Formats: sequence, C-alpha cells, structure tokens
Amino acid sequence: MRRRTPIVVTAALSAVVLAACAPANNSASSSTSASASESASASATAACSKDTLKTLAAGNLTIGTDKPAYPPYFVDDKPENGQGFESAVAYAVASKLGYQPTDVTWTVVPFDKAFAPGTKNFDFDINQVSITDERKKAVDFSDGYYTVNQAVVALKGTKAAEAKTTADLQSLKLGAQVGTTSLDYITNVVKPTTAPSVFSSTADPTAALKNKQIDALVVDLPTAYYITGAQLENSVIVGQFKADKNSGDNFGLVLGKGSPLTECVNQAIGQLSTSGELQQIQDKWLSQVTNAPYFS
Amino acid sequence: MSTASAAAAVTETAQPYVDPERRERRARKSRRNAIVATASTILFFVVVSVAVLNSPGWPSVQDAFFNPAYFWSSWPSILSALLVNIKMFLIAEVAILILGMALALIRLSKSPTLMPLRIVGTVYTDVFRGTPTLLVVLLLGFGIPALNLQGVPTDPLIWGTVALILSYTAYVAEVFRAGIASIHPSQRAAAQSLGLSTTQANRYVVLPQAVRRVIPPLLNDFVSLQKDTALVSVLGPIEALRAAQIIVYSKFNYTPYIVAAICFIALTIPLARFTDWLTARQEAQRSMGSR
Repeated sequence: MRRRTPIVVTAALSAVVLAACAPANNSASSSTSASASESASASATAACSKDTLKTLAAGNLTIGTDKPAYPPYFVDDKPENGQGFESAVAYAVASKLGYQPTDVTWTVVPFDKAFAPGTKNFDFDINQVSITDERKKAVDFSDGYYTVNQAVVALKGTKAAEAKTTADLQSLKLGAQVGTTSLDYITNVVKPTTAPSVFSSTADPTAALKNKQIDALVVDLPTAYYITGAQLENSVIVGQFKADKNSGDNFGLVLGKGSPLTECVNQAIGQLSTSGELQQIQDKWLSQVTNAPYFS
Repeated sequence: MSTASAAAAVTETAQPYVDPERRERRARKSRRNAIVATASTILFFVVVSVAVLNSPGWPSVQDAFFNPAYFWSSWPSILSALLVNIKMFLIAEVAILILGMALALIRLSKSPTLMPLRIVGTVYTDVFRGTPTLLVVLLLGFGIPALNLQGVPTDPLIWGTVALILSYTAYVAEVFRAGIASIHPSQRAAAQSLGLSTTQANRYVVLPQAVRRVIPPLLNDFVSLQKDTALVSVLGPIEALRAAQIIVYSKFNYTPYIVAAICFIALTIPLARFTDWLTARQEAQRSMGSR
C-alpha cells in the first residue's frame, strides 16, 4: 500500500496536467486569423456596420482604457460620459462604425494587459498608446488619431524653469512615467548625465517634482497643461520638443493582432479626419496646447 | 579520559559498525531508489513538456514570453540595474539583523523600568507587520520629503531602504523572539546555577543557541527581502524590475520579465545553498554520526 501511493499520485498528476492542457473547444484564435485575411481583401468595399462587424459581443462595441483615466483625455475617471479628448474620439469612431453610445461598453484594461497574447477582452483599446514598429509585432494599431508633442514641466523659479535648449536639460534630474515615449525622449533625445527617475503613473512624478526629488518631468503636452493648470501649483511648462511630422509621436488605437476590426476602424478614422471632425474634437478638448515655447 | 579527547573520539568514529550484509542491502536499495527517482522525474517532465508544447496558444505565448531576440538584448540594462537592488539589500540586511535582535530583546525583557519600551515595541511590530510593505515605501518615500524638514535627505533610495528596514525588522524581531523563547528553561536555570547573571546567561548560553536555531527562517526572510527591493522602484530609482518593465512597455513583449526573474533567482541561490549547508552541518553535529 505504501509503495503504490507515489505511483498513483504521479499518474493522477499527469492525468490532470494532460486534461488541463488539452486543446480547448474555442477555435477563436485560429478563426480570427483566418477571417482577418478574408476581411482584409473584401473590406475595401464591405460594409463596416454593426451587423457585419465581428465584435466581442454581437451588436455591442467593447472599448478598453486604463483606470484611473486622466484628464484631458477623460473627465472624472468616467470614460462613458463622452467628455475628454479620447472619450470623444472613441465615441466618434464608434458612431462611424454604426454603434450608438448605448451600444458602447467600457472595460478596464491595465496598460500591460493591452498587449498580452491570447484573445483580448476588448474590441479596441484607447489609452494614449504611441505607435511604434516594434510594438506592431505584438498588436494591431489603427492609424494615428493625434500627433503629440513632449513637454517639460518644472517648478517656477528653479534653474530647470529657465532651460531654453536641450543641452540645458542634460544636467537636470528628469522624471517620466514608464512605458511612455516621454521616457524614450529623455533617453534618446536629451541624454541626461544622471539616470532619470521612472515612475508607475502620472501622479507619482508630480509628487516627486513637488518634493524636489526631480528637477523636471517630461510628459506629453496635453498632460503637461493639466498638471500645470490643475494638479501642481507653482509649476510651469518650460517648453515643448518639436515633433517631426513623419517620425512624430502618434497615438493609435490598440487591437488584437490580426483583428478583423482593424480595417473598419482605419476607415472610420480616415472619415473623421477628412470631414474635419477629428480636428473639431481636438480643438474642443486640447485647445490650449499650442502656446508653449519650443526647445532649440 | 578528559572530556575534550572523549568528544574527539566520538566524532572520529563517525561511522558506527554495520554488518556487511546489511550494508550491501542498503547500497542496493539506494541504487534502486536512484533509478526509480530518475525515471519518474524524466517521465514527469516529458509529460508536462508535451502537454505545454502542444497546447494551441503556445506559439503566441512563446513569442510573447520567451522571445530569444529580446531575451539577449535586455540583459545589459537589467544587469546594470540589478546593482541597485544588491546595494539596497546588503545595507538593509545588516541593519535589520541588528535592529531585529534589539527589538526582540526589548520585547522579551522582564524589567519594569523598560515597560514603555516594551509597549512601543509591541505597537511597532503590530503596525509594521500589518501594513503592506509597498504602502510603507510610498508613505516614507513621498511623505517624508514632502514635510520639507531641514537637513533631512530627499533621496528616494534612502527612504526606500529605510522603509524596507522598518518593515522587515518587525518580522525578524518576531523570528528572534520565537528562537529565544524556544530555548528550554533548563538552560537558563543551569546558567543561573553556575552563577551567571541574566545578561551573561543571555550572551553566553541562550543567544548563541537561539540564533543558530533560527538561521533557516531568518534566511527565508532575507530571500524575501531581496525580492522586495523591487518595491522601491515606485519611488523612481531604476532597479532591475523597473528596467525590465521599461523594455516590456517599449517593445510590447514580456520576455524582459523572464530575464529579471532569472536575475532574482540567481541572487537567491547562493543564500539558499548556504542555508542548506548550515542546516545539514547542524544536523550532522546533533546526530553525531548515527543515521
């Protein structure tokens, strides 16, 4: 009896492992890649409407974003109220695809979940994600809906607030949020002499700036306006970096790799762009973001 | 025969006499055990590998988590950031040992004059064992510099290490306390009968035994501390896990996390093997040669 227990245990364990790893019934992953190639060829003329789109829930559009959702991209951390730049863009894209605001469901997608392998729990994710070629290997990006500039924020009256050129910034202790192109800017464009501080969210570098643990923080221009306007008294936008039109930083919607919706979403964004609606949304929610001086 | 040479004689004849036939039977049994163990291990890993490699999502998981290109390219930045973790961990470890022992002795003292210290000690242990370490790091790392006190450093690395020290001292003090309390009262009685004062009894009889007894759980806590140094990344310094996260978010690939995990595991292996060796040596000394 005592001798047999280990063998029984090993056999039971192996059976459990094999059962758990057996191919599941949902061939969802294989069918999405098959239908993506079909829809790519047919979609040029196919209708991108509520009845034909293969969304997560039929007749419903599931949009993902992070929590908390910061201004000016969202307002009051409630994406469903339609206020804020990205909330407005999301509802505009949804309506071009044929979804009324009542057909739209928002779901919380933390940033690192957006590019996890496997089936996604959203149809597209809107979260100030910059399009890069390397990221395209893991997910599908829509066309850009906003070209963003990076800006530097510092406390009034400090040496950092006087910086006029990129060289002036090199001697400073800079901070940025992880995963942002702001951090890439620090590493590739500014190349400071001391290592930058990297934080998990936008709130932390603001606290660090207030505590004088960093001299200046690099963040995208709309967020810089929000920080200096509402979050941190006594702070000022030191300047913005000029973005090249072609190599500029573009925000795009994130979709699953090979998603059947990518073509239709791109069509929708194209229509919004040509009709001027995208510019209207930008003017309404990001109207102040034009006045900061440029770094030389 | 003096006690010293008698002791020497016992440890020299470490192998007691065993009947040859019994020795032969034992050798055969251990050989068979080794063969069965190897076969069972190989079978188990073959089954698991086959199951995992044939699951439908494996190719995309392999690309996302075990991508060779990102694996090799992330080593340099993660390794150089690991130095931050090592520095924090070495400083914290020494401070925790000293403060933990002090706190344990305070809590175990019986003197009435030390009552306020005992109360402080109990409150301290309850508060810092009950608060998540991440919270302590955030409160100290962002809170203290915000108070804007004169002469107080604002460096996040310093406050992060202090937070780790405060948090782990509470745990380690309890470990020491348990070790000291587990020493049989006869030891203290024997020390007393030999004329040693309480302090001398502690210093020469109780503490040496207690510390030796709690080395495995202590090293357990230190392995945990090594990994918790990653929490200081929320304050800004780029340590190994944050360096991995930067690459993960930039490339949308999780392989750097695997690299960071390997680094942390590699850090803890020397400590783990050292603990095993220490425990084995203690076992050998206690059993004195018998099986």
